[in-house]
Amino acid sequence: MKQLLILSGKGGTGKTTIAGAFIKLAEARAYADCDVDAPNLHLIMTHISKARQTDYYGMEKAVIDTELCDSCSICRQNCRFEAINESNGKYEVDSYACEGCGVCDAVCPIGAVFLQPAVAGELMLYKDNGVFSTARLKMGSGTSGKLVSEVKKQLKQEAADADLVIIDGSPGIGCPVIASLNGADMVLIVAEPSLSGISDMKRIIATAEKFRIKIGVCINKYDTNKELAQKIEAFCQERDLSIVGKIPFDTAAIKAINKGEVIVDIDCPAGWAATNVFYKTLKLMNS
Amino acid sequence: MKIAVLSGKGGTGKTLVSVNLAAVALDSVYIDCDVEEPNGHLFFQPKDLQKERVTVKLPQADPELCTGCRTCVNFCKFNALAYIKNKLIVFNEVCHSCGGCLLFCPQKAISEKEREIGLIQSGISGNVRVVSGMMNIGEVSGVPIIKKLLQDSRKENKNVFLDCPPGSACMVMESIKDADYCILVAEPTVFGVHNLEMVYELVRIFQKPFGVVLNKCLEEENPAEDFCLQNQITILEKIPFDLELGTMHSNGQIAVRKHPKYKELFLNLLKTVSKEARHETASDT
Ligand code: SF4
Ligand code: SF4
Ligand code: SF4
Ligand code: SF4
Repeated sequence: MKQLLILSGKGGTGKTTIAGAFIKLAEARAYADCDVDAPNLHLIMTHISKARQTDYYGMEKAVIDTELCDSCSICRQNCRFEAINESNGKYEVDSYACEGCGVCDAVCPIGAVFLQPAVAGELMLYKDNGVFSTARLKMGSGTSGKLVSEVKKQLKQEAADADLVIIDGSPGIGCPVIASLNGADMVLIVAEPSLSGISDMKRIIATAEKFRIKIGVCINKYDTNKELAQKIEAFCQERDLSIVGKIPFDTAAIKAINKGEVIVDIDCPAGWAATNVFYKTLKLMNS
Repeated sequence: MKIAVLSGKGGTGKTLVSVNLAAVALDSVYIDCDVEEPNGHLFFQPKDLQKERVTVKLPQADPELCTGCRTCVNFCKFNALAYIKNKLIVFNEVCHSCGGCLLFCPQKAISEKEREIGLIQSGISGNVRVVSGMMNIGEVSGVPIIKKLLQDSRKENKNVFLDCPPGSACMVMESIKDADYCILVAEPTVFGVHNLEMVYELVRIFQKPFGVVLNKCLEEENPAEDFCLQNQITILEKIPFDLELGTMHSNGQIAVRKHPKYKELFLNLLKTVSKEARHETASDT
């Protein structure tokens, strides 16, 4: 099983649009959306059957038994996350701030505070047009890296015999991205020709390089700033990174998204270019 | 006044809106909380830079005192400790600095040192004080940096524009908590609507006054606009899709400082927002 991961540093560069195109072109039998904070891939992937949903439990959260608690404040003094609040002598845990470290549980002299499993999100699995694993983190939940690992685990279990897996990665460079990178065979980085885009790209490349994974770069909307697109190319050449293609800005892409379609379903310049990028990426991955 | 600029996802124009608003306001502070991919400073190119390291506490065991009892290893909920080959090992990146191991080591063998995870850079760009949080590459969590940024921002009495982290995770909540008004930036696609829905839910949880800026508007249908109309959400401004604006922004230029047309657009937005925010606070009391 080969894992192709699509990343971009920041959202909004067209990562999901490209992932959708790739899944279609590869007739992928296994794919996943690891952007658990703001999953979008399901919006353009058609599925007939309903998803199987499972609750995802993240870190446990502390709960104070108000009947038992005698308001000694010891837990509050020891919680480093300021997750325990007091009002009118009553102690309460702010479940958004609580990181589940267990210090309060261990220091409370009378056992009035304990840790409890808490639902932190939801895993979804579609099984018709191929296996599609995705998830959504509950609002205001903390670390999403663990949920990303669960999404990938679910995919592996359900599609063990697939030879190609396409993964729409998470934004940023932190924990969820590192969880997405784990086990990937190749990363395709979707970059945008803007000063911000270049800065994001450099940071995501530096993150991916730590994993020693094959990296390809594709420039999306390259014609919105050709000068900076050239800068990206020059940067990649210098670093010996392969450019797998350039995709023009195309309002057809926006129309496709709004109709729940994939750009390669439509006869348009962005669709043609994406097709090209797809074949070059595969070639690079298998080289 | 503190204004938080949010969007469910990056790349919708959150930075465009917050940078330009801060630049048209007379005396303002711009705070970039997108610590994983900070971009605001690229536009402002602030001068007189001051850098402050952001550190977290990292436990370490004194090998002379440690008996290998593993109390700390068993306690740590994040699996950040292991006792291997007669030595206590700490996995830096996964430690949450909760202090539990230090508290419960029966030998008092654990002490803490500071470990840098990023920095906060501040400087001046014309009328704007520019503050950016930057997480070091390879770190897993920028939360302590965002916490520090928000803490510092509470001391400001000028107009503060918060360029919030993307998504709807705990840190976005933290940035909303303090805000007097929230601006949600949305793109004209079904992706945009989906992401808007999430932040919309968030601002409602905190009962914050808010409005939406529709960015990159084309002539065609705009699902994000439809969503606002259906839910009776205030549309503060519609920024048209505009190649000139796009090019300026991609070159790292601040549109309001380059062109009177955009200055007017963002001044208007600022006026609307100030009015809305005042109105909301007045009706609260
Ligand atoms: S589990 Fe940790 S973070 Fe949560 S309330 Fe207790 S001490 Fe605070
Ligand atoms: S330490 Fe226990 S008894 Fe004391 S305030 Fe906390 S929960 Fe209540
Ligand atoms: S400080 Fe907390 S998270 Fe870090 S090693 Fe100690 S017990 Fe684990
Ligand atoms: S609890 Fe203290 S003595 Fe025991 S293994 Fe940990 S550091 Fe060593």
